[in-house]
Amino acid sequence: MNEMGQAMLINAVGLHARPSVKLTQAAKTFAASIEFALSPDGPWTDAKSPVKVMRVKASKGATLYFRSEGADAGAAVRALVDLVNRKFDEDEPA
Amino acid sequence: MSAMRIHGRCAAPGFALGPIHRVVARRGSYQPSGSPKTEAARLAAAIASALATLEASMGEANGEARDMLGFQVVMLADAALAERAFHAIEAGDRADQAWATALDQEIAGYLDSTEEYFRARASDLRDIKARVSDCLTGASQQAIPRGAVVVADDLPPSQFLATDWTDSALLLRSGSPTSHVAILARARGVPMVVGLNGDLAAGRFAAVDAAAGAVIIDPSPEERQLFAVRRQAEVEARRDVALRVNEPALTANGERISVLLNISDPRELEALDPATCDGIGLVRTELLFEGRSLPDEERQLAVYRRIAEWAGSLPTTIRTLDAGGDKPIPGLTPEGESNPFLGLRGVRLTLAHPQVFRTQLRALARAAAHGAIEVMIPMIAVPRELNAVRKLMDEVVLELEREGKQHRRPPLGMMVEVPSAAIAIDRFDADFYSIGSNDLVQYVVAAGRDIAAVADLAKADEEAVLRLIVNVVDHGVRTSRKVSLCGDAGGDPAIIPALLICGVRQLSMSPALVASAKAAIAAFRMTSRD
Repeated sequence: MNEMGQAMLINAVGLHARPSVKLTQAAKTFAASIEFALSPDGPWTDAKSPVKVMRVKASKGATLYFRSEGADAGAAVRALVDLVNRKFDEDEPA
Repeated sequence: MSAMRIHGRCAAPGFALGPIHRVVARRGSYQPSGSPKTEAARLAAAIASALATLEASMGEANGEARDMLGFQVVMLADAALAERAFHAIEAGDRADQAWATALDQEIAGYLDSTEEYFRARASDLRDIKARVSDCLTGASQQAIPRGAVVVADDLPPSQFLATDWTDSALLLRSGSPTSHVAILARARGVPMVVGLNGDLAAGRFAAVDAAAGAVIIDPSPEERQLFAVRRQAEVEARRDVALRVNEPALTANGERISVLLNISDPRELEALDPATCDGIGLVRTELLFEGRSLPDEERQLAVYRRIAEWAGSLPTTIRTLDAGGDKPIPGLTPEGESNPFLGLRGVRLTLAHPQVFRTQLRALARAAAHGAIEVMIPMIAVPRELNAVRKLMDEVVLELEREGKQHRRPPLGMMVEVPSAAIAIDRFDADFYSIGSNDLVQYVVAAGRDIAAVADLAKADEEAVLRLIVNVVDHGVRTSRKVSLCGDAGGDPAIIPALLICGVRQLSMSPALVASAKAAIAAFRMTSRD
């Protein structure tokens, strides 16, 4: 099964240390492979590797495009898009 | 065979006699095996071992320190981090070089970022690199045994704080009496000598008379006996002085002088009686927490509150983060400044990181509801810096009001340690002034406090320095503002008379120096300055 989705980074610091770690932790709970990119045509990055996610250095305002392949791909993409939209559950001053 | 005598400069007084323990720099050597398979196995083992150590220290940390360590654990546990290194090993590289090259490449990627958030992570990657390299080469920060005479080129403050210094002494080849470790050593009563240029590694035993800056390597039985006699006399003299430590400080003609404490760590207060002092003149917040960055608001609040409650109704002056210069904080202070003492330090740094600054001001305003907290800003050079801090404080107080959080707006004072502030002090509308003599002296005489060869120029009783002190004191008297002095000179019996002549009436010092400072004050007879 192939799934795609997208979400804009609206938290203050972008894919900084803590958000990156949360993203990879969430991705690892799914069996499906999950990749993301800053543009719909890639290059694609393994969303389960904190080292690779940090290398992307995605900042606030960037759109993350997700693609996933595997049995639970749909749930995986929904979970990650939701995490980004929830600002990674980081409490930030308004 | 006669014993060798070496002389250095006293950084903290005291006597010690014990076995020499050398602290080797974090550098080891690596013997490559020549087999890619073995090299790969060694790197894998080093990563596993560094990971285990990291996870263990994470268990002991909390707040931001825990977050930072957690990030390092996650990165190191990710196979992608060492991927390039293992490829290089397959191609015939040594494990140590392959690891260093791969991590340097990773670090360069972070440094390339246009965003400070990402650039700051380079220091985490450097730490990860060093941890694994140390495991490969066998280098490590050794634990320091108790009762030893510790010899090192230099010692980081974090390692000083992690060591039990009972019956120990510290001898450094470099360093200066005003370095951060020296300040900690005086506060904890650890004898310390710096600028020692002899072959300290030659002997097995050392007798240290730190006040005289003297070290005897492998003393003869006669020398040991002489040393023991001197030490005993010194201890008895100190006990006499200590008996008077609870009495208020009065000069020979009965003028009352406020004696305040400088502290870096709330744990220092545990063994102290508030009756020995008239308040806390300086709480250094940068060393307060041993983590790698400032903790969050709640954690700061708890610590500030604990200090204020210890002091009760006595004034408690807490200085906002004073990083930079010789006190770097990874990820916050800039790296590679050509002259950090003239760079982004003190209030310049906190104003550049308003989020960090606001968190600290919020915690201070909330803690002020529980005690006589006053807030002091370091490194103010021009009036607009003070005004910017006051504006931030206004905003923070308004915020707390809106949130309904218990708080009190604390008085806002400034350190006078930059000559521009000391010269034109009437242009600075602070609620109180505290003269930071260490930095003021080094900026006035242009002699770095970390450079042993010129440290003799940096004396607080230099005429130019004393004139600036008089200028600040006079302004304080004219405008009814409190003036104190919180540098090392404040606790130095040799300098105290000059400060009293200048009109200073509030001296802040390390707790270990209170007794001897009170004795110096009691011996002083004031004559009119005019």
